[in-house]
Amino acid sequence: MLYRETGQFKTSYVADQAIFPIAQDRWLMLALVAFAFVGVPFLAGDYLYTEVLIPVLILSIAAIGLNILTGYCGQVSLGTGGFMAVGAYAAYNVALRLPDINLIVAFLFAGIMAMLVGILFGLPSLRIKGFYLAVATLAAQFFLEWTFARVKWFTDYAPSGSVAVGRVDLFGVPIDSPLKRYLLVLAFAVVLALAAKNLVRGRIGRMWMAMRDMDIAAEIIGIRPLQAKLSAFAISSFYVGIAGALWGFFRLGSWEPLAFDINRSFQVLFIIIIGGLGSILGSFLGAIFIVLVPIFLNQLPRWLGIPISTATISHVEFMVFGAMIVFFLIAEPNGFARLWAVGKEKLRMWPFPY
Amino acid sequence: MLGPVLETLIGGLLTGVLYSLVALGFVLIFKASGVFNFAQGAMVLFAALTLARLAEVMPMVLAIALSVAIMIALAYAIELLVLRHLVNQEGIILFMATLGVANFLDGFGQTLWGSDIYKIDLGLPRDPIFLFESVFPGGLLVDPSELIAAVICAILVLVLAVFFQVTRIGRALRAVADDHQAAQSVGIPLDYIWLIVWAVAGIVALVGGMMWGVKLGVQFSLAQIALKALPVLILGGFTSIPGAIVGGLIIGAGEKLAEVFLGPVLVRTFDLAGGGIENWFAYMLALLFLLVRPQGLFGEKIIERV
Repeated sequence: MLYRETGQFKTSYVADQAIFPIAQDRWLMLALVAFAFVGVPFLAGDYLYTEVLIPVLILSIAAIGLNILTGYCGQVSLGTGGFMAVGAYAAYNVALRLPDINLIVAFLFAGIMAMLVGILFGLPSLRIKGFYLAVATLAAQFFLEWTFARVKWFTDYAPSGSVAVGRVDLFGVPIDSPLKRYLLVLAFAVVLALAAKNLVRGRIGRMWMAMRDMDIAAEIIGIRPLQAKLSAFAISSFYVGIAGALWGFFRLGSWEPLAFDINRSFQVLFIIIIGGLGSILGSFLGAIFIVLVPIFLNQLPRWLGIPISTATISHVEFMVFGAMIVFFLIAEPNGFARLWAVGKEKLRMWPFPY
Repeated sequence: MLGPVLETLIGGLLTGVLYSLVALGFVLIFKASGVFNFAQGAMVLFAALTLARLAEVMPMVLAIALSVAIMIALAYAIELLVLRHLVNQEGIILFMATLGVANFLDGFGQTLWGSDIYKIDLGLPRDPIFLFESVFPGGLLVDPSELIAAVICAILVLVLAVFFQVTRIGRALRAVADDHQAAQSVGIPLDYIWLIVWAVAGIVALVGGMMWGVKLGVQFSLAQIALKALPVLILGGFTSIPGAIVGGLIIGAGEKLAEVFLGPVLVRTFDLAGGGIENWFAYMLALLFLLVRPQGLFGEKIIERV
């Protein structure tokens, strides 16, 4: 009864092409974003910001990036960690060498650098496909990781090889509390998610999807693979690069290349698979799941009062995590986004069965 | 000059053989079920851990036999609990499932067997031997345990080749690899075949784990070695057993030569904080190679239709 589009007539093209054509969706989204900006600061504490909300939002941005490449364009990539590292180090170096630069500009620069590197490593996708490409993107991962560990210029000749960001401020306001970091990350996430949502509905998004569904057929109907694939790599890497910069600046503060190793790539890949391939919403749902499960598993023995060592906990965590991934894949291979869609379909009929 | 080059080359080739052993497991499973099994590395670690810990309480022969049984049981469990429920899913879903299995096995193995560094002692000679002392001054330094590993690998490949070509089950495996549906329609039980393939891959993992364990000791980093087998795979082609062997040799030799001879040059030229280019060299080599031959060295020619 609550959720149905009956009576919502579209009388203009603009209304027909709206991002959320159904009024309830629109209001729900607005309410959610408003709550995230205004409501959450009244409720959350520092722990919630640093351990849950900020990681979820940043990983969501990275997941949207990977989703554009893998979910929409069908090119499996295992190099996400490497591209995040490019973003993080680019932002660090810009902030270091041009101290007066606006933080937003530094982050955009980080995105653009990651984009260029992404295009470079996307070139092989024109020749190779499927799992061959997935393994080829590992080349990007390991090469980039190595580069940031070995080339001293990137780390400002720090003897330990790790870098730390100093005080950051935006328009004169110092970003020093978890709350301010959260709000800035949230702003990035909202803008980037909206942009992505728009992008995938348009011409370029359809191009990607045609490429994903069958590249030869797409080529025959006149989609240029060069354009489609490289644009997917470029935009995906842009998102991932910004996510990497945010991760370095607002989640870690100081980091070494190990923070962006192959496990980070797998983490983001898990997010989009569990959340749903080819879904912006799924990127958020998957990120929430991936961030919350380890926290929950860590706390569970303490809540139950079972005394086990930290080493055992981390091993059991691995086990449970692996088992959960397999379970989810068997139960719903299309991820949380699919569950959400099914739920909406049911809600539309409610309270009637058909 | 020739002496050190040859010595590095031989060392690289022998390491390459060990890469091939890991890559072989990938190829077997990909050939028969189209699953890109990321858990192969975890299986190598699990098998090595099992063997190392069992060998502490019983004679080696018994420990090996029991480890083989455990790997077969593991294959059965994977087939029963994971693969059976994911028939007809897309490749990437199956790939993700094996990532989950890999995670599970890493945790399970270490919970069950502990996470220290363990030794596997097969009683192989460890003292380095010198070859061709008459040809080069000082001869060529070779680790005999690696030579033995190479011989074992050769035997294993031979046995697998015979198994695939001659036996009834081998024929069924090739039929399944060719076309799942057609194989099923002539009465080949798919479940059973997959079980066999995973069991064989498990045993190959055990041999690989054993050899790596002798070389480096059994520890968590063994699971990472599987990542080194991936460039071997794409170089040789996902579906080719000879490809896995030749690819392994090329990667092993190329990597060692690059580390020893190219690495210092790079460090000097760009003023780097240390070499370690073997972390990525194999991938770059494979990537460049793929640009020329997208299906790998021995992979089947990719024919695309709409």
